[in-house]
Order: sequence, then structure tokens, then C-alpha cells
Amino acid sequence: MTRRGIRAAVAVPTLGVLGVVLFWGLSGLPPFGNYHGIYGFLINHRALPQRHTTNAVTATVFDYRGFDTMGEEFILFAAVTGVVLLLRKGSEESDEAESEDQEPPEDDVRSDALRLFGMLALAAGALVALWLIAYGLVTPGGGFQGGVALASAFGLLYLTVGYRPWTRRTKEAALDPLEGVGASGYVVIGLAALISGLPFLTNLLGPGKPGTLWSGGSLSFINWAVAMEVAAANLILYKEFLEEYIVPLARRGG
Amino acid sequence: MPLATLVPLQASILVLVAFGATAVALCRNTLRQILLSGVYGLLLVLLFVVLQAPDVALSMLVVTTVAYPLIVLVAIARTRAGGVDADDDDS
Repeated sequence: MTRRGIRAAVAVPTLGVLGVVLFWGLSGLPPFGNYHGIYGFLINHRALPQRHTTNAVTATVFDYRGFDTMGEEFILFAAVTGVVLLLRKGSEESDEAESEDQEPPEDDVRSDALRLFGMLALAAGALVALWLIAYGLVTPGGGFQGGVALASAFGLLYLTVGYRPWTRRTKEAALDPLEGVGASGYVVIGLAALISGLPFLTNLLGPGKPGTLWSGGSLSFINWAVAMEVAAANLILYKEFLEEYIVPLARRGG
Repeated sequence: MPLATLVPLQASILVLVAFGATAVALCRNTLRQILLSGVYGLLLVLLFVVLQAPDVALSMLVVTTVAYPLIVLVAIARTRAGGVDADDDDS
């Protein structure tokens, strides 16, 4: 049997079975827009009176299932730690890489127009990100989305200005503590409730005034802690990956 | 419970998403594929917006247009650089 023949003999029955199962599953789907869950409706009705947050999604993520979110935050923390460990410089590489580390490649963007646009876009992006975080309990957004947006806005520094300004302004010495404080801040807020005799992660500060920055009480602090963790974690990720990309490039060019 | 019906806007974006996914799967050039996957992600963002899930759309917007392409591009550049070096060693 030829290679092609074997491939066809494996692919045709597999695709056939897959197709049948897919159509069987699709034919049993509920009609479009028919929502079977009851929790969605429950939360939509309860979130505003109970937690005074107009964005029920953030109330769910940071309050009703806040303990799960804490676990998710530490998944991100562990993932970033794993990346940093995997991409650390090995003992054989370090001698070679050392000279390049001190002298990163000169790839500064020469176009003034591009640099200006980049800086304006960075400022605008960072502002939108901060707004997403701050109003996470009022309008769509929150710590996770805002944190990723903030980190990506700073990524523009590499894209529109150059690698050296980027490394100078994103130091591990600043990012690592930010990430740690963000991650542990969540736990500390949870423990604060425990110490005052309430269940873990209870909203200590009360629900606040709906539709304002004061809505949500403790939730807004959890929101900022998460934002700090996510932004720092993403910047560390970008930093590690860019270094992995730039350093060999400089070695070949030099 | 209210039963929503598929409006033309949602239907047309669903069709676009299907086209986008097919295009990403059929593209043979890696660089183009990454760019296409970014465009496909943007189509998904539109879909989430018209399905009234702005929170998901926001996360998707940043992840699909910035974070994911960056990490994939760098990973590919790195593995390719390794491949070139390996070829040089062989010859």
C-alpha cells in the first residue's frame, strides 16, 4: 500500500465518524439564544441590589466566585514563573550572551513621525487600560482585560521606539515585585476578612454607591490587585520572549 | 425565558467567522497565517460584541491582536534561527 493509500485509509473513516458525531451533536443543540442556565438570570437580578455593581460579570468573577479567580490568578503567576525558568540563560550560553546583554542591538526607530505616533498611541492605550480597570465594576472591563491592555500599550515602546528604550523602562527589578504584590494582594484582601471573623474574601468595605468608582467595596481593591498582577505578568512574558528573539539576532548580525 | 432569534447582523458575522477560520486553516505561509489569525480574532471580537458579551470581546481584542501574535512570531523566529544554525553545522 502506498503512503497516500494508507493516509486515505486512515483519514476517510476517521473524518466520516467525526462528521456523523458532529452532525448528531449539532442536531441536538437548543435553538439559537435559548439559554438553559439559571445562574445568569439569577445574577443579573441579584448583582445590583446585593453588590451595587452595574457590571454583573466583574461581580461574579471577583465576588460570587472570587475563590476560583484567585486560583486562576495563581495559574497565570505559575505560568509566567515557568516561562522565566525555561527561558533563563543556561550556563553554556551565558558567556556568549553576556557581551550582547550589555550592548543590545541598535534598532532605534529613526522616523520621528512613527516615534511620535507610537508615544501618543502608548499614552492613549495606557489611559484606556486604566479606565478599563478603574471602571471594571461599572462598565465592561476589569482587572484582567485592563491589565493585558496596559501591558500591550507598553509593548508599543518596543515596536515604535526601539529595543534599548524598552529594556531600560521595563526592568525585572520593578516588574517582579509588582507581580508578587498583585498576586499576594488578592490573598491579603481575602485574609483580612478571615481575620475580622468573616468567611474568606467577604466584602469587608460594603457595597458602596452603584455606578461610581466607590461601588463594589473590597471588590475594587481585588480588581486593582488583579490588574497589577496581570499587567506585570504580561510585561515579563513580553520581555522574556523579546529577549529570546533579539539576542540571537544581534549575535548573528554582529 | 426569552428566546432570541438570529438577526441578519449576527448571521453575517457568523458567516465571516466561518470564512476566517477556513482561511487560517488553509494558509500555508506561516507569517501570513499569524496575521490572518489576528484578523480572525478580530472577527470573533465582532461576534462577541453583537452577541452582547463586551467583557469577553475586550479580553479577546487584546489577546488576539497583540499578545498571541507577538508570542507566536517570536517563537517561530527563534526556532527558525535554531534551524538555520543546525543546517550550517551539518554542512
